[in-house]
Amino acid sequence: MTTVVKAINIHKNFNGQAVLTGVDLDVSDGEVLCILGPSGGGKSTLLRCLNHLETLDDGVVWIDGSIIGYELRDGGVLRELPPRKVRRQQREIGMVFQHFNLFPHMTALQNVIEGPVKVRREPRAAATARGKELLAAVGLGDRGGAYPSQLSGGQKQRVAIARALAMNPKVMLFDEPTSALDPELVGEVLDVMRKLAASGTTMIVVTHEIAFARDVADRVAIMVDGTIREIGPPSEVLANPQDPRVRSFLTRVLN
Amino acid sequence: MLSQAAPETNRVGADALQQRSYKIVRLKHPGRWLSGVAVVILLALLVKAFADGKIQWDVVGKFLTAEVILRGFANTLLISFFAMIIGAGLGTLFAVMRLSQNPVTRFVAWLYVWIFRGTPVLLQLLIWFNIALVFPTITIPGLYEARTVDVVTPFVAALLGLGINEGAYMTEVVRGGINSVDHGQTEAAKTIGMSRFQTLWRIILPQTMRLIIPPMGNSAIGMLKFSSLATAISFTEMLNAAQQVYFVNGAVIELLLVCAVWYLLGTTVLNIVQFYIERYYGRGVARGASRPPFRFSFGLSRTAPRQANEEQS
Repeated sequence: MTTVVKAINIHKNFNGQAVLTGVDLDVSDGEVLCILGPSGGGKSTLLRCLNHLETLDDGVVWIDGSIIGYELRDGGVLRELPPRKVRRQQREIGMVFQHFNLFPHMTALQNVIEGPVKVRREPRAAATARGKELLAAVGLGDRGGAYPSQLSGGQKQRVAIARALAMNPKVMLFDEPTSALDPELVGEVLDVMRKLAASGTTMIVVTHEIAFARDVADRVAIMVDGTIREIGPPSEVLANPQDPRVRSFLTRVLN
Repeated sequence: MLSQAAPETNRVGADALQQRSYKIVRLKHPGRWLSGVAVVILLALLVKAFADGKIQWDVVGKFLTAEVILRGFANTLLISFFAMIIGAGLGTLFAVMRLSQNPVTRFVAWLYVWIFRGTPVLLQLLIWFNIALVFPTITIPGLYEARTVDVVTPFVAALLGLGINEGAYMTEVVRGGINSVDHGQTEAAKTIGMSRFQTLWRIILPQTMRLIIPPMGNSAIGMLKFSSLATAISFTEMLNAAQQVYFVNGAVIELLLVCAVWYLLGTTVLNIVQFYIERYYGRGVARGASRPPFRFSFGLSRTAPRQANEEQS
């Protein structure tokens, strides 16, 4: 198994408040990692550090051959990269947000092809053809012309997934993708993610959907107070947690 | 009030409700009829006063399409249009500067707004017009040299004065618009690798347009009218043309009324244009795309959005 994502000793503070206090992570090619844990445990911040939406206070993120956001210098110095170089890295890391963040003034299809056409400079016709394929793959082949305001929450999130996939990312990050959805719409988004996982996409998913983690994840990580307390196959971590904080969290969410 | 004064009259035993279906009688509003009639009478008196007044309506009619007036109006439109373009451009530029990470850039933008919003337009126009007193010549070393009075014609002075002043107001409008766009939009643009300029141009500004257009429409209407101030620096826009005519023929009110007609026509057209621009940028927002085409309501519809809603249902 080749490693695709490697995070070492990630520290992050917000105004002196420590949010991440030394997170280490290894994700292999094609692996699905679900990150669970109580609110305020640093799950979303960790994801945002992985694609450099947040800068780091210590540690390093490495994705498929390059250090994200920094350049390694002699003596363990990480120097911030200029925005142009960071953007090249970021576009290879797909991200799906809790609140979708679709561009409201563009149709579903325009949302999907914006990156390929404007960032990767693909010919519009090719990008459109591929965009339609992606929309069909998330079950929205007939909704390409719809604006986000005309779509349900579940449909919006599926468009957002297609938009991220359009950049052919090396890894997909999901930041609580179903938390803003009405309960009856959660299933359709999870189904798409399941298909994506089955197709061998490397995925890191911050979620509260324990059932999804149990079924789909190769490994589950439980984050409490800014560190990963327990990580392993769902059958072990969810059924037989060792750490007392993890145990108390799991009893709360499983009952 | 009525129910408080005589609460007993509303008291009804439950056994009085014998029927399932009732004829509902709406409350009458005699006061509305009275005030309506009173206003119509006052309006009629006003119209009669003007009709009997010392206005040579035939002169108004004659000069309405006089070449000198039309040429003046063309100049009014020209200066307003280009000053708005300059204003919108400067406004966007300085709004972005005000939101910059760089404190120097932020300060310069603040200074611009502070100076040009804090002094009268008329004064600014006069300064631009007299700028030759400060800088007698304009020189780009080795490339260009000219006397300032030849370059800064009344038209150029009016364009600079009105445009730069407008830019100061637009800065605040655009800044408000940019600030209102959710930060998640910027983050989403980042994750697909868009540059800061692309994000601004493709993602942020189109979304601010919906919010910027209404105040910008007000500005455009204001600009059409404020351009008349350029008469003070002898730019021959419509009001200046009208003055030149009535200095000769003495038909003061008649020519001013001619101007009023053209200004009203211009602002009315701007209202219609604004409606369609708003509708365009409202696409993707609920109801934005399906609003009916423009029609004159003459102030008769009470709340336009509610009415649109009722028509749909």
